[in-house]
Amino acid sequence: MADAKSRVAAKEQAPELRVKNFKEVAMGYNEEEAIAEASRCLECKNPRCVAACPVSVKIPQFIKHVKDADFLGAAQVIHEDSSLPAICGRVCPQESQCEGSCIRGIKGQPIAIGKLERFVADWSREKGLIVNKTTVSNNKKVAVVGSGPAGLSCASDLAKFGYNVTVFEALHVPGGVLEYGIPEFRLPKSIVNYEISNLEKMGVVFEPDVVIGRTISVDDLMAKEGYCAVFIGSGAGLPKFMHIAGENLNGVVSANEFLTRVNLMRAFDSDYDTPVYVGKNVVVVGGGNVAMDAARCAVRLGAKVTVVYRRSEKELPARREEVVHAQQEGIAFQYLSNPVQIIGNAKGWVEGIECVKMELVPSKDGGRNSVVEIPNSNFNVSCDMVIMALGTSPNPLISSTTPGLKVEKWGGISLSDPSGETYRKGVFAGGDAVTGAATVILAMSAGRKAAKAIDEYLKGISCN
Amino acid sequence: MFKIVKKQVLAPSVFLFEVEAPRVANAAKPGQFVIVRARDHGERIPLTIADYNKELGTVTIVVQELGVSTKLICNAEVGDFYVDVVGPLGNPSEFLHLDDSTLKSQRFLFVAGGVGAAPIYPQVKYLYGKGASVDVILGARNTELLILKEEIKKTCNNLYVATDDGSEGHKGLVTDVLNYLITSNGKIYDNVVTIGPMVMMKFVALCTKKYGIKTIASLNTLMVDGTGMCGACRVSVGGVTKFTCVDGPEFDAHLVDFDEAMCRLNMYKTEEGKKLKEEEEKNHQCRIGRYA
Ligand SMILES: Cc1cc2nc3c(=O)[nH]c(=O)nc-3n(C[C@H](O)[C@H](O)[C@H](O)COP(=O)(O)OP(=O)(O)OC[C@H]3O[C@@H](n4cnc5c(N)ncnc54)[C@H](O)[C@@H]3O)c2cc1C
Ligand code: FES
Repeated sequence: MADAKSRVAAKEQAPELRVKNFKEVAMGYNEEEAIAEASRCLECKNPRCVAACPVSVKIPQFIKHVKDADFLGAAQVIHEDSSLPAICGRVCPQESQCEGSCIRGIKGQPIAIGKLERFVADWSREKGLIVNKTTVSNNKKVAVVGSGPAGLSCASDLAKFGYNVTVFEALHVPGGVLEYGIPEFRLPKSIVNYEISNLEKMGVVFEPDVVIGRTISVDDLMAKEGYCAVFIGSGAGLPKFMHIAGENLNGVVSANEFLTRVNLMRAFDSDYDTPVYVGKNVVVVGGGNVAMDAARCAVRLGAKVTVVYRRSEKELPARREEVVHAQQEGIAFQYLSNPVQIIGNAKGWVEGIECVKMELVPSKDGGRNSVVEIPNSNFNVSCDMVIMALGTSPNPLISSTTPGLKVEKWGGISLSDPSGETYRKGVFAGGDAVTGAATVILAMSAGRKAAKAIDEYLKGISCN
Repeated sequence: MFKIVKKQVLAPSVFLFEVEAPRVANAAKPGQFVIVRARDHGERIPLTIADYNKELGTVTIVVQELGVSTKLICNAEVGDFYVDVVGPLGNPSEFLHLDDSTLKSQRFLFVAGGVGAAPIYPQVKYLYGKGASVDVILGARNTELLILKEEIKKTCNNLYVATDDGSEGHKGLVTDVLNYLITSNGKIYDNVVTIGPMVMMKFVALCTKKYGIKTIASLNTLMVDGTGMCGACRVSVGGVTKFTCVDGPEFDAHLVDFDEAMCRLNMYKTEEGKKLKEEEEKNHQCRIGRYA
């Protein structure tokens, strides 16, 4: 057993093995390990972890149940506040949320709250113990647009309230970023599929291959197909580019394209038809989760990878665990560097990237440091592939085809009320479509809030 | 699942399919495209909508066998299903915004190469029906590969044909015919629309630029999602990067960087080629197994 200062180590696939496969890296706790880790919890009276959790999961309570080996009890506590714990336990940035404010973290390692959440969720899924109640239908139809965490959790709560829910998804499989973005080795697709089949069991209907705004408009969903309300959880899927010279050379791709080919289209598996180009020397530009995922996929496909990031290691926005895993997998990090142009050969393929050195300048108001270029510090990195992971913004397809919807300058859907109401009557929105690229847990919580707001709204009107 | 209700051979390795996709048919407009996946492990392949029938809820696509994925699409038979047909994607043709009286005074020239004849057909039909003057140049490698010729002939003022080997019509390029019509035949056009191989569209654009005729090209770039999510389809138009799937597929041909677009189109050529070879080898082995 571990001493109280350090957490119980969770098993992981060894780096030299895992760079050759797409299987999950972190293997999670077994029952003994979970109980041992849970026993480190101090059961604070005013738990700071709960305050730091975006959905206020009653963390000390569920951990207490784990301590007592009452895993079902733990699962029930978590389920009151989170509908996707197996996913959030794996992908939440715990170090800046619950674990970041754990008292244990002051003099040692914080409780591994994420790993415990994952353990409880996996345990109850494997035992088939969390059964969602089915409710008598109230015969009111609600449409959910997009099947990422926002759409899934909204659909789940609406179904529990008794609505007939149809989820429209543009891609051929549901799941949103959970399916096309986050790789298998971090979030096995079987978990996402389990959540989706649970919703199907509750009567939620999934209609893939429907691009709202093209295949059918929000207006027509309401006017012609009888949906009383619509929830828009269409995410922030548009990739950003830097608009520098050479960006359209062959071998330069967005992280979204690379990850979609690898995760959604399974290009790494020769049984699937979609091709993916992978260079021998790959440069990934960016420092978020998307950059780490792209870099780690490229490593698994045989590349030597360098991550180029404008700021220093401390500022990397990616989850800490992903950075550590990436480093263990042999990925090099070129900090304080920013691309100025991409260099191509005569055949139109990338052969290098020119960067400039950057310097951190402390901000006067104590906010995030800003970065400035160091003049005449340019240098070249030779490479045969560049993956741009610079962030994404909301797709204008829905906002531009839905009269009455208001959007922010940067494309996010404006809310008339924090509950998720938009400026268009009967239309609600949440997740990355409203906030810009954020996190799974925030999208999930927005979806649930909107489900409540939709219920309130529909109670007050007659529809059909 | 999307059921195939009609299959027709248009030319060697070129097929026309009518597929039940009521939502797509209901929303489709000329100029838009769909993405088709033939089977569960399949690739997402963009194909221009060649026609649609809102009453029957069907869309028509014309496909040429080029690689593994188009081959799978072409191998399907009536009664089979495609796992996915998504659309309509992209923007409808620009001329749909023109009112009927304006259309009556417009002179159009369509220049299509190979299977590009399929997507121009509904546009030609629409414009001719509205009283516009419509001429068409169809190009192909040889007479066998000319598709929809009779159908198009019935719905336009003049049809001209060019084949590489001279087996029908003019022996040579569509641009020869284009130059001839304008310089020697005294034809005047307000608009040129070109759909076909990238290299053909490039030369059509160079040619019409010389004459100062507004020209629209419909680009067949690589795509993955078709909704603006990946940027695989990016092209430079007037020095600005555009996503073909959401900003196009039709662009001002005089502003498109065709050289870059052609280069990008070949990005996965080797990959596709490799895949096809693997597949053939697999089939080959199977056969050996069966007959051994
Ligand atoms: C590679 C990657 C790694 C990430 N890693 C993490 C992580 O470790 N931890 C974390 O908390 N967050 C992470 N994120 C962010 C997180 O995934 C998102 O914040 C979250 O998925 C947003 O959920 P959403 O439901 O709002 O949208 P999405 O998950 O983006 O889902 C939106 C869905 O809507 C569909 N859609 C869009 N437009 C239409 C339309 N017109 N019609 C029909 N359907 C449409 C899309 O196809 C998509 O399926 C990551 C993101 C990426 C890209
Ligand atoms: S095909 Fe992915 S953005 Fe156009």
